[in-house]
Parts: sequence; structure tokens; C-alpha cells
Amino acid sequence: MMKIKQLEQELQQLSTFDQPNILLEQYATSPHIASRMLYVAQNQYEDIQDCLVADLGAGCGVLSIGALMLGAGHVTAFEIDQNAIDTILENCEDEEVALDIINCDVIKLLPGRFEKHFDTVVMNPPFGTKHNAGIDMKFLEIAAAISNNAIYSLHKTSTRAHVLKKGEQLGLHAKVLAELRYDLPSTYKFHKKKSVDIEVDFIRFSTKKES
Amino acid sequence: MKLLTHNMLSSKSLKGVVVGYPLKIEAYDVKVTEVEFNPEFIAKVIPKIDYSVLIRAAEYLGHVGKLPGHVPENVEKNTDFLKEVHHALLEVEVVKGDLVCPESGRRFPITDGIPNMLLNEDEV
Repeated sequence: MMKIKQLEQELQQLSTFDQPNILLEQYATSPHIASRMLYVAQNQYEDIQDCLVADLGAGCGVLSIGALMLGAGHVTAFEIDQNAIDTILENCEDEEVALDIINCDVIKLLPGRFEKHFDTVVMNPPFGTKHNAGIDMKFLEIAAAISNNAIYSLHKTSTRAHVLKKGEQLGLHAKVLAELRYDLPSTYKFHKKKSVDIEVDFIRFSTKKES
Repeated sequence: MKLLTHNMLSSKSLKGVVVGYPLKIEAYDVKVTEVEFNPEFIAKVIPKIDYSVLIRAAEYLGHVGKLPGHVPENVEKNTDFLKEVHHALLEVEVVKGDLVCPESGRRFPITDGIPNMLLNEDEV
């Protein structure tokens, strides 16, 4: 299997948002974080290779493309924004990988007939701001509905108690795998500092008893 | 859009639509790309799909090949069958076209192989 360093280097080649959309909270998942998420999912749990994988709110496709590099059977990327999709297409072409993209609002389209369809869901959901509070938990609800095995997700460490409680309500077994520092570059004009470090939990939710 | 994705998509989130499945395909541009054959993966996917919907979609696109009308027994060992399903599910792709809701006639355009399933506020 590809080494973690090699995966990170491959993901560093990918293009990210030219003009991030603030309403959609478009922050790219860094190659460093994405490679660690996927590596743990495959190496510790065998949740990537030969699996049906969904990426919710795929953005520029870092997690989707990384999952393909680690041998996912098939990856479906769900993304609402056309600009982000253009970047995914560009990245797929550069990396010579193929994934299925669906342009949709995850909250409205899913679960639909995708109930329990995917083995693994990977996502870096919007953390939620004043105008869309709770959207990360809506993503988790959708993920729980379409997965038959495991969900790998990032959530603000400051909301951990709430996230774990929500997971329990959804019948999921959660395990915080790592606390990460998420270095948000000052993507938007309102950011005064050069970059903001926020603490983020990397969590695995299992739909099964033995998590 | 590969036929695996078509097999799962529905328009039931549209207001007033009850089932919204299967979506009718109108294809203007279809391409076939070789994808590495993974028999274990295909065997795992078969129970998840609506086989009759796959057959009809593949027929419409002219790629039904030697797919039988029903899923045979012991698919895991039937490499010829798995290869046919692999081809229909993952190698045939609608690049340009429309998906049409069977109940409302609402069209969902497919551009660059990507179905646009976005709905307006007044449609949900």
C-alpha cells in the first residue's frame, strides 16, 4: 500500500478553491489532514480498499481522490457548488482517476435510495456558523443513513460533547481518533490574523456494535 | 454518470413525487472508459442494485452485451457474468444528457458526466 508520506505528497499536487464561497464555508481539507484520515481508515480499519465510499460536501475532492489512491472500489462525491466541481474534474484529470460526482444539496437529495448503500462515508462537513447552525449535525445524520459501516469526519473539538451525544442518538458508536490543529489560512477578508488555528476532532463513527 | 449512480438516484425529494424511480435517461453523448475489473467488489455491489433497472438502462444505451435477464446463482464464481455487470455499471458513462422524473417530467441535466440534482426552494 502507498505510504502516508507519498499519499500526502500526491494530495499536495491537487488544486484547491480559487475563490472560496463563504456561505458554503469552503475551507479545503489540507493534504496533511486528509492523508492521515484516509490512512487510519485503511490501515487500522480496512475501510477504504474495495469499499463503496461516499464523500459528502466533497469540495475540491481531496478526500475522494485520496480514497481512490488507497484502492477504494468506487467513490461518489456529493457537492453543491459548480466551481468546486470544476476543480474536482481538473484534479481527476491531472491524477488520472475516475470518480462519480453528483451536483446536489446533500441535505435535500439524501438519503433517498442510498440508504445503507455505502460502506464508508468520509467528510469534512461545514462546521456551521450563525446562518447555518447545526449543519454539521445534519451531515452526520445523512452519513448515518447512507452508511452500512463507518463514517470518518472532522468536528470542532469545542463541540465534542454535543457531537458525541448526537452520534449516540443516531445509534452510532463514536471514537475520537485524533485531535488535530486545523490551520485555516486567512481565506476571507474578515479574518484579521494571517491564519487561525482551530482544534478539530477526527472521529470514526461505527454503525455496528464493535467499534 | 455511470449506471451504478443512475441505479441509485431518484427524484423523490421533489414535492408531490411519491417514488421518482427509476429516472428515465435521455443520452446525447455516451462514452466507454476501461476500468480495472475487481470481481469481489462487483459481487458485493450486485445485491445493492436494482438489476432490472440496470438492464433497461444498459439496453437503452446499447451496452446490454450478454447480460442475462436475471441475476444467476453463485455470482461470486461466475466471472463472465461479473465482467458484464462491471462493464455496464462502471465503464459506460453518460457524458451529456438528461435524467427525467417518471412522475413529474422534471429534467435533471447531465453535463460533463455530472447529473445536476439541485432543486429550487419551491420544488421541495
